[in-house]
Amino acid sequence: MARMKFLCDAERCIECNGCVTACKQEHEIPWGVNRRRVVTLNDGIVGAEKSISVACMHCSDAPCMAVCPVDCFYKTTEGIVLHDKDLCIGCGYCFYACPFGAPQFPQDGAFGMRGKMDKCTFCAGGPEADNSPAEFKKYGRNRLAEGKLPACAEMCSTKALLGGDADVVADIYRTRVTTRGGKGAEVWGWTTAYGKPEQKPGAKQ
Amino acid sequence: MKLHWLVTAAALAAFAAGCGERPTVTVYKKGEYQGKPDTQPWSGDRFKGDQLAWEKAIKARTNNQNEYTRLISK
Repeated sequence: MARMKFLCDAERCIECNGCVTACKQEHEIPWGVNRRRVVTLNDGIVGAEKSISVACMHCSDAPCMAVCPVDCFYKTTEGIVLHDKDLCIGCGYCFYACPFGAPQFPQDGAFGMRGKMDKCTFCAGGPEADNSPAEFKKYGRNRLAEGKLPACAEMCSTKALLGGDADVVADIYRTRVTTRGGKGAEVWGWTTAYGKPEQKPGAKQ
Repeated sequence: MKLHWLVTAAALAAFAAGCGERPTVTVYKKGEYQGKPDTQPWSGDRFKGDQLAWEKAIKARTNNQNEYTRLISK
């Protein structure tokens, strides 16, 4: 059984925001809602700038599921965290619990009240009939039911963002870092992902 | 006599107190998903319940993200 995961390679991400655009276009996401976004650290510091694409990470022990007062979250057999929008009350507890800021709240109603929570579905739709208009309207396109992977990962031009079965994604990343060369912390470590501590201010040009 | 009235009034008050009691939560199953059931991704028109075919398609797509093997094999 596949266990779906995302992985973003900070060494490859060029902050093009192609994943963000692909997601918004694929699911016709409303203005003000970003299911995926690109975060850049050390912005403008030459040699230390790193970008990473962030969305719902479909946690194995998801805190959003734990705090939801109406229990509208569920996890599919592929490990994808989804929710029922008919049940969601838009309280925002999941937003406070999520370490990635994944839950989004579209403006709803005449006075811009906070609507029901919206988040990355790993392009797996929701609890409506697969590829039905109701599913598309509430949760976006169900690419998984079409045998496809999330649009963001498949659109990534540098293949920084990988998505799919965790075992296969891990194999791809392993091949990549062994081909890239080096060993230990310089390949996997914090400094590779977030820049070296000694390259802080002063290097900015 | 006064005590009799007091006891009666207290009994009536206690009896009437239960009349307005309504359950505030109709269905509550702690920690369980309360929404609609979802279907499996292979149960739709595209794969018609063939889980193995779906897993094969997903694995092929996932492997397509590895440009090292993809470019060498072609």
